[in-house]
This record gives sequence, C-alpha cells and structure tokens, in this order.
Amino acid sequence: MIRENQVPMREQDPGSRIRNFAEVPLGYDEEEAREEAARCLKCKRKPCAAGCPVEVDIPTFIKQVENGEFRAAAATIKRTNSLPAVCGRVCPQETQCQGVCTLGKKFEPSAIGRLERFVADWERQHGAELAQPAAPSGRRVAVIGSGPAGLTCAGDLRLMGHEVTMFESLHEPGGVLMYGIPEFRLPKDVVNFEVEGIRSLGVNIETNVVVGKTVTVEGLFAEGYEAVFAGTGAGLPRFLGIPGETLIGVYSANEFLTRVNLMRAWEFPAWDTPVRMGRRVAVVGGGNVAMDAARTALRLGAESVMVLYRRTETEMPARAEEIHHAGEEGVEMNFLVNPVEFYGEDGDLTAMECLRMELGPPDDSGRRRPVPIEGSEFVLEVDTCIVSVGNQPHPLVPRTTPGLEVSRWGTVQADESGATTRRGVFAGGDIVTGAATVISAMGAGKQAAAAIDRYLVSNR
Amino acid sequence: MHPIVAKQQLGPEMDQYEVEAPRVAQAANPGQFVVVRLHDRGERIPLTLADWDASRGTITLVVQAVGKTTWEMHDRLSVGDGLRDVVGPLGEPSEIVPEGTAVCVAGGVGIAPVYPIARALKEAGAKVVGIAGARSSDLLFWLDRLRDVCDELVVTTDDGSTGRKGLVTEPLAEILAARRVAHVWAVGPAVMMKFCAKAAGNAGVPITVSLNPIMIDGTGMCGACRVEVDDKVRFACVDGPEFPGDKVNWDLLIARLTAYQEQERCAVDKYRRMVEEATR
Repeated sequence: MIRENQVPMREQDPGSRIRNFAEVPLGYDEEEAREEAARCLKCKRKPCAAGCPVEVDIPTFIKQVENGEFRAAAATIKRTNSLPAVCGRVCPQETQCQGVCTLGKKFEPSAIGRLERFVADWERQHGAELAQPAAPSGRRVAVIGSGPAGLTCAGDLRLMGHEVTMFESLHEPGGVLMYGIPEFRLPKDVVNFEVEGIRSLGVNIETNVVVGKTVTVEGLFAEGYEAVFAGTGAGLPRFLGIPGETLIGVYSANEFLTRVNLMRAWEFPAWDTPVRMGRRVAVVGGGNVAMDAARTALRLGAESVMVLYRRTETEMPARAEEIHHAGEEGVEMNFLVNPVEFYGEDGDLTAMECLRMELGPPDDSGRRRPVPIEGSEFVLEVDTCIVSVGNQPHPLVPRTTPGLEVSRWGTVQADESGATTRRGVFAGGDIVTGAATVISAMGAGKQAAAAIDRYLVSNR
Repeated sequence: MHPIVAKQQLGPEMDQYEVEAPRVAQAANPGQFVVVRLHDRGERIPLTLADWDASRGTITLVVQAVGKTTWEMHDRLSVGDGLRDVVGPLGEPSEIVPEGTAVCVAGGVGIAPVYPIARALKEAGAKVVGIAGARSSDLLFWLDRLRDVCDELVVTTDDGSTGRKGLVTEPLAEILAARRVAHVWAVGPAVMMKFCAKAAGNAGVPITVSLNPIMIDGTGMCGACRVEVDDKVRFACVDGPEFPGDKVNWDLLIARLTAYQEQERCAVDKYRRMVEEATR
C-alpha cells in the first residue's frame, strides 16, 4: 500500500520564524527520508531523470536512500550535480523532476527535492568524500563568475584534469547564491560548503577581480589561459522608470538583498553595513526575488509588507512554495496593481501612486497582458519600496571582449554547447538566457565544460 | 589580503596608504576608484585612486577619517597590516581633453584624485592651472606634487592660514573670466563641486566632476549610487563616477548622501566607545 501524500517536512512555524533568519524548512531525518524514498515506484521510464537539467540519476539515488545507503546516494547525485545541497533547496522541482513523476499522475509526486536535500545535508554532516580529478592535462581555463554556472563549469573542468581559475567580482564566491538568495532559504554555510568542495578539487578562486575592469578576457588569454567560460549572470537591476524612483527608501531588490545577505546588514552594527528598513513596505514584482525581498523585510521588523504585482496569482513567476511561505508569514498580496509615481518629503519616500490593471489578450510571454484601468489611480502610504522587476545581463564582459556578439537584449550569443562567436570563449547561465534558474545555469555550465574539454583536445 | 607597504599621516585625521594590489595597479587610469573592505565584518567603501605604480604593484589611497571604517583605518592600520579586500579599478577613466588650458579644482581630500588627472592632462599637452583648497593649512597636502604637474597652482584656505583666504570658487571664477579655458575638472565635497559647476556653467566652459554617492558593489549590481544627470538616472559606479557637472542634479546627490547618516553616527559612536574601553 503506497502512501498517497509526501512525508511532510518539518518547518519553523510562521510566528517565530519571522523574527529570525534561520532556515524555514528543517529537512528530513533518516527515517522520514527512507519512508519518503519508499514511495518511489522505481518505474522503468525514469521521466524524472530526463526532467532534470543536469540529469541526476534520480531513481538510483532514491533506491539507495530507501536502503539507508546515504553515502552511496550522495555519490550518485554528485556524479552529475556538483551542488546538491543548493539544488535540493532552490530548484523548481514541481516543474522539473517532480512535475513529470509517474507517481504524481495519481498521488503526490515523489519528494525528490527534499530527498536530494536530505542526502546532501547528511553528507555535509558526516564528512564528504572527495572526488579525484583526472591526471593533469597541463591546460589552463579561466572561469568568470562563481555563481551556479561558474561553479559547475569549474568543478567539471577540474575533474577532467584541467587547471582552473575562477574569477569573482565580489569578495565572496557564490554569486547570486551569496548575495541574492536569503539565509532563511539557502543558508550561507551550505553555499560555503559547496564552494569549499569545488576549491578542494584544486580550483583556484580569485575574488575581487572584475573581468572587463581589473583584467579583460584578452588579458586572460595573454596570461596563458587557453579557454574562457563566462558565467557572469544577470546582475543589473531593472527599475520602473517612473518619477520619484531616486527617493531615499526606494531600493532595487539587488541592493536590499545584497545589503542583507552578502553584507549581513541584519546584524548591524556588529557587522558594518546597515540597511534602512521602514514600517510600511511595498515590494513591486511577482518573482522569487520579490518573495525573498518581502520575507526579508518582515524579518527586519517591517510592520506591514505588501507585494504589488501587475498581473494575477496565476501569472506569478514565483514558485508556489515561496508564495505560500510568504503568505503564511503575513505578506499581503495585491494583484493587478502597477505603480506610476513615487512621492516624497525632504528626499524620503512617503507614498506611491498606483493604477489598477485588468488582463487583456496574451503578450509575447504567452501570459495575458495587464492593461491599466482608466481613472483607477490610488495612493498607498509607504516608506520603503523594493523594486523587484527583474535583472538584465551584465554588460561588462561582452562590452570589453572584441568579437563577442550579443543579442538586442544584451545576452551573449552562444550555441547549445556554450560556444560563443569568439573562438575560445564559452558562456552559459543567465548571461546567455537572461534571468532564469540556478539549475538551468548549472546545466549550461556542465555543457560548456564538456565543450571546452573537446575544444582543448582538438586545439592541441 | 592586501598588505599596506607604507602609511604616512598627511593631516590631523588624514593618511596616505600605499597598498599592494598588483592587478589594480596594472589596469588603473585617472578618475577610477577601488572598493575596499577592511575585515570579515567590514563594509565596502569606494575610494578614488590617488596614484598607482604598476612596477611596484601598489596603489596609493588618501583617506580622511569620517565614518567608522575610515576611523578604523586611521587608528588601527599601519605598515604590515592589510586590507581584506581591494577591488578595481572601477568606473570609467577620465576623458582627458589635451588641448588648451585646463583648470583642475581640488577641495580637501579631493586633492588626491585630482593629482593623477592633472598629471594626465599635463602629459597629454594641456596647460594645467591647479586650484587646491581646504578649511585650513593642516588639511592641505601634496601641494609639491600638484606643482610638479601644474603650470600654475593657486592655494586657498577658508581661514587664510595658507595661500589665499576664501573658497576655491573665487579664483575659479576669476580665471574663467580672464582667460580662455578649455575644460574644468572639480573633485571635492558635493557642495564645492556644485558651485564650481555653476561658475563653469556661467562661463560656458565644460566641467567634469567626480561624484561620490553611497555604493555597495561598485560594479552596477545594486543601483544604490543612482544619480540624475541631464534628467536621466545613471549609476555613478559604471556610468561615472565622472559626469558633466552642469548637468548633475546636485540637490538629489546631496540628499541621497544623507540616507544613512543616523546609522553612520551610530556605528562611529559604538566604535569610539569600544576604543575608549579598550584604552581605559
């Protein structure tokens, strides 16, 4: 008799968790994990593995968990996924592996993400076994950016025996995993552990190097690197472009989250970087970053936090789990609302004027286009607004690398293997696709590592 | 870690540091800046480059103690210590206009970043007139260095303790009225740059200023450094830090500089109490 529903994962209750930055879901213990693993049908078709951008052998690792072979399960996952503790937490499993799970046709799908997280955490607590890189190839590769794409690409290239240096513009490696995703969703200890895993393979990490400023891609070739991978992400915040956006109290989500996550402003003044948090907060946008910003604002002591989204809940790009968590914590969702102007006094934000919207015919994204309702203006009193309407590709590497072509959206043009229009330069992740997911960036980093390996062999 | 290889006190609360940062020294140009962090819990602060030496692999910074981080540098860092992080060179280099007469106005600690600009102008063939001002003589420094790269140098102090008594804008207005000036550069406190921009604007002479808004990453990622230039929002870190002074919305810049005043005061007070307790 199969259990119809997933084994629930314990969580911090909403009332207490909005007063701390500790992780919200608490993970499975061994018994819970084995019970959940036993639900898997071990079907022959394995749609889950095909639904995974890095093709983790999901049925095998689940079988190993069921048998209590946790270390073997970790090895199975790590054969194709170098960041399991991250993926188990932030992957949108519901649209990938779990979305196509055979069990899910009748009951709740196998809780693959929770099991992956369990295995990765178990290994972290019990000591990880290090993979052994292949014999040194004598070839040098530079990886630009240490986010999900760069970490994956660097790790894979190192395992193939190449000498790899990963360049990071900030003072800590991890990219968006460090500055973007909050502690309560992805603890920084977890990220650091994964980064240290990559470092212990023998990958050199140079922080504080802004490629395009400190050194150019051409300069890296001159230093003796034979191939370059650019995984520089989509780090440039979009603003609304409406009057009053330079008032104090209006943040980009990037600024707000960087202050809190990377600079640990929630521990000011023990840590040096402050963050100004008001009482009434509006977050503009409907993605995961908007949910992160809203939930962070609550934890910093905001009295009320509302999300303003110009479409409806159905069109929200955020994961259902994030929307659910935000709602539980008291974030108020306002749909079909679009800001048109910020108002202030003495340079500080005091209010914002918004319009009510309705859904018209579908736009390019296939979602119904929000259309303003005439005469529906209304004013919201807010002292803080966090603008979370997406990020653009970082222009620095393309702008300073001759021969590297970009699209009209500023994304680097690369084929499926990651090869760009500039010989020896490969790219992957958000810099190629525009803002997307951690796992798709990892998939691209993986493809590019294989392509770089082939390039180095053919280019001997 | 970036070791400090030399430290020299230039004024009561002002120091010059020579810091190892080979990659920055290799790539540096006038007008660019670095972002610095002292230790694991430190904040990131932008500092404009005062000089660099690619062969020694070092950069020179001049820092006045005003906030918690800069006080900490003044009190606690000496030769042999290091800065945890130095990243750069950031921002766009100065656009050096080689022809005619250039006037370079420097206020207070702004003397340091003006020096490499004046030097580049001189090397490019411009006639360089320098104006260096401060509240009083003990806050002036590097006048000999400036004299080396300027054809003329006017020195002012608010209290008249050195040079001419008054503000830098007075000799600037006189020079603009009396001579044909191709370009003005001004680096210093926002209010000083604002009035220099006014003077240059009145004379119809282009002016370049170096803006110093609050920044975090310094690479275009956060947008904290939003400024308005020619009615458009720009990021000082990647679009600047230099902009045409007559087009800058100065009131906005000055207002945004106060965004964290309260927290900055709190951090400095806490730091002072800690220092006092430690020395008691």
